[in-house]
Amino acid sequence: METNNKKTLIKLENASVEKNKKILVKHISLEVKQGEIVTLIGPNGSGKTTTAKMALGINKAFEGNVQRYTSQIGYVPQKVMIDWTLPIRVNDFMQLTSKINSEEVNEALNFTGVDHLKNKNLNELSGGEFQRVLIARAIAKKPELLVLDEPVQGVDFKGEISLYELIRSISEKTNCGILLISHDLHVVMSATDYVVCLNGHICCSGTPKKVANSNQYRELFGDRASTMLSIYEHNHDHSHSTDGTIKKNN
Amino acid sequence: MLDDFFIRALIAGLGVSLITGPMGCFTIWRRLSFFGDTLAHSALLGVTMALTFELNIPLAVFVISSIIAVMLLSLQKKTRLPGDALLGLLAHSSLAIGLVVIGFLSNIRFDVMGLLFGDILAVNKVDILIIWIGGALILIILKFIWKSLFAATVNYDLAEAEGMKPDRASIIFTILMAAMIAIAIKMVGLLLITGMLIMPAAMARNLSDNPSKMVVLSIVGGIMSVSIGLFASLEFNSPSGPSIITAALILFLLSLINFRKSNKIKNY
Repeated sequence: METNNKKTLIKLENASVEKNKKILVKHISLEVKQGEIVTLIGPNGSGKTTTAKMALGINKAFEGNVQRYTSQIGYVPQKVMIDWTLPIRVNDFMQLTSKINSEEVNEALNFTGVDHLKNKNLNELSGGEFQRVLIARAIAKKPELLVLDEPVQGVDFKGEISLYELIRSISEKTNCGILLISHDLHVVMSATDYVVCLNGHICCSGTPKKVANSNQYRELFGDRASTMLSIYEHNHDHSHSTDGTIKKNN
Repeated sequence: MLDDFFIRALIAGLGVSLITGPMGCFTIWRRLSFFGDTLAHSALLGVTMALTFELNIPLAVFVISSIIAVMLLSLQKKTRLPGDALLGLLAHSSLAIGLVVIGFLSNIRFDVMGLLFGDILAVNKVDILIIWIGGALILIILKFIWKSLFAATVNYDLAEAEGMKPDRASIIFTILMAAMIAIAIKMVGLLLITGMLIMPAAMARNLSDNPSKMVVLSIVGGIMSVSIGLFASLEFNSPSGPSIITAALILFLLSLINFRKSNKIKNY
């Protein structure tokens, strides 16, 4: 990771998690800084969610070090089940962990394109709508650190791309750090500063380009995954020239 | 006014409804009805302890129920027995031990039926004081932990990640449950107390679209159940505790009819 004076938000050093005497993830070291998007990728069961939960303090590390330097955290968990017995509207849900005014609620819902659902019950939402509400809730409190565990699952293809663009723009606009878990390799690779490839431990990590060209990455995801990246990079250049937004070149 | 047993019963019932309303909502949201039952069963042990050592009954019940609750939490971590089996184990062992102890207390005249099913018509001024002061304390503490408890109820991971301290809130809530059972036991009895918790809340769920409304309606439902039950008890000379619960059941059934109608309008 490049060294600069951006504030570190979260830092894991050689941290491991076990459950029922089985080690789930081993010796994880990573760091998320302000304005940076760090993405965890890896096959099913590789410990992506476990690592994110460890970073958040939900899973306790039995060895190594986990440091959080901020308490302003927005979290989109992988799964949220709302029991029928609990009547809760989107508006109530938005204010679950922090006091935010209705303007901020509207703004965040507007941002993810679901402001019309404000007074709907969470049980009435579709999977994709609920996912957008989850993201809106996490960003509404303007956190310093966002942890997004497969935030676009169940969202339609068009929405998926716009949500990733949205996530990118949040990090640029508010300078918050983002720890992202995702399966969509090509999208991820475009919108990420640093990639950590997991399979119980860190297989490889670095800039998207470096990871995509590494042998470990090819072994895990196959040769096509690397090709996907190169196809993507082509599009990436084009969209940037029209966009005019400032991007780093690796 | 307080000299009339019926007025005393109403005031006590009103106080208990104010607590069971919000507590009942959390009980069904957090799927704790069987847990409440277990704590209520352990209250029998508390009562027998109070009689044996000449202690204050609500206090002894509170202490024993809290101990059972803490035991449950620690047992959950130590064994792989599923939660409901663990609850059954604790509920029936504390009930059994309580009954065994009662058997030895042959020299004390003791109203077991009143303990099992409640005797709200027998509440005295001290009972009322305990209900209202204890109830006020429970509600103040509940108000204090409300946000983190609610966040933990919606999603534990989310609450933990965003600094809402869900574990602390859960433990405090468990102790509040024990306290509530201790002060409400005289009214509806240990076999029916969970009914008083979940029935008004279940009724309220059918009529609510948000959490605060559900809590308010749950309190209203509790007050209505107590009033209707007490008047029926006076009119037909039926046992008071079971009458209150029967009234709560009727309210629940009525809310069900109402709910289905409103659902149909939404769907078509």
